[in-house]
Amino acid sequence: MANETNKLEWPLWEVFIRSKAGLDHKHAGSLHAADAQMAIENARDVYTRRMEGISIWVVESKNIFASDPKEAESLYDPANDKIYRHPTFYNLPDEVKYM
Amino acid sequence: MVDAIHGDFEQKIANDITIEPRDTMPDDYRKTLIRQISQHAHSEIVGMLPEGNWVTRAPSLRRKAVLLAKIQDEGGHGLYLYSAAETLGVTRDELLDQLHSGKAKYSSIFNYPSLTWADMGAIGWLVDGAAIMNQVPLCRASYGPYARAMVRICKEESFHQRQGFEIMHVLAKGTEVQKKMAQDALNRWWWPALMMFGPHDSDSTNTEQSMKWRIKRISNDDLRRKFVDVTVEQTKVLGLTVPDKDLMWNAETGHYDFGAINWAEFWNVVKGNGPCNKQRLEARKAAWQKGEWVREAAMAHAEKRKARKEALVAA
Repeated sequence: MANETNKLEWPLWEVFIRSKAGLDHKHAGSLHAADAQMAIENARDVYTRRMEGISIWVVESKNIFASDPKEAESLYDPANDKIYRHPTFYNLPDEVKYM
Repeated sequence: MVDAIHGDFEQKIANDITIEPRDTMPDDYRKTLIRQISQHAHSEIVGMLPEGNWVTRAPSLRRKAVLLAKIQDEGGHGLYLYSAAETLGVTRDELLDQLHSGKAKYSSIFNYPSLTWADMGAIGWLVDGAAIMNQVPLCRASYGPYARAMVRICKEESFHQRQGFEIMHVLAKGTEVQKKMAQDALNRWWWPALMMFGPHDSDSTNTEQSMKWRIKRISNDDLRRKFVDVTVEQTKVLGLTVPDKDLMWNAETGHYDFGAINWAEFWNVVKGNGPCNKQRLEARKAAWQKGEWVREAAMAHAEKRKARKEALVAA
């Protein structure tokens, strides 16, 4: 539902933040910015005012491709009947204390 | 149990499974969310105005730094909420147009003037206090982006209420004049704060459907009663008096009974006739219009920088 009359609206960016060393970047939210550099600066002001991050990624929202929730059934179907991929599928003799 | 992936909308709602932007949802659910979330976002950014009035006159550097941090938070909260609304297929500019044209509403409380420094205390303590009471249950709202924005907002907002109470406490324990100023602020903000919870449940047109959709979890009257119970106790600590002669502890219900709210005043302010409606809207529109060249220049600058970079790669 993009509004053609609002050509001046800055592009939308998705913001990902690494909260501390050793952790993944996690989606924090989104914001508008003219370019990537401004998106990072705005993300700093908006999402890390209380030291919530040590690293920021920004991606223009239009470049994110997402799976379709309507296709979820067929998309995840191949994983549904393969419980042997989980360790709990296997019976071990009681004598084995740790594995 | 309904599978998180396969359940349809109604089943997801019934099983407390969060609805996400690309999930199918009824049009009315989408419309209700856009209205509620954007109204909330507008309230955040209009809410910066009464406080902006006191930044240059804060009584100390500490108070000024705190007030600025609070106002900056509110700008951020507006942004989180606008972003959540945008996931429903509306643009930021459309939302701002609705605010500027008067089509969209914001919380009526911000149409009251902030006359003295004690108002900064009363706003933080009562207005943010009431807002937090409203917002905590919204952290469990059925729409994911809204709920996640609310979690972030609630986390940041608890300092807002505390700093307000601290201002009130210092004034209430100060000189006679200071105490009088604190009492005056309480007198003026008490009833508008109670109105923030919205019309009585029996008169609230949106409540029933919103509760069914699990956007809203607790009714207006229940939240208001909870606010009164908690806040009256805090008033005692301040040594101030709640401006309600009908306020009385009811041992039977375990809650305070309180006087009738002036709903004529409430609707009058909602309709645009409060003391500051015009001033607030003018300030927002002026900020938008005066910022237009900045928005354009930033875009032009970004395009120029991009072109320069591309030319460098091509060379």
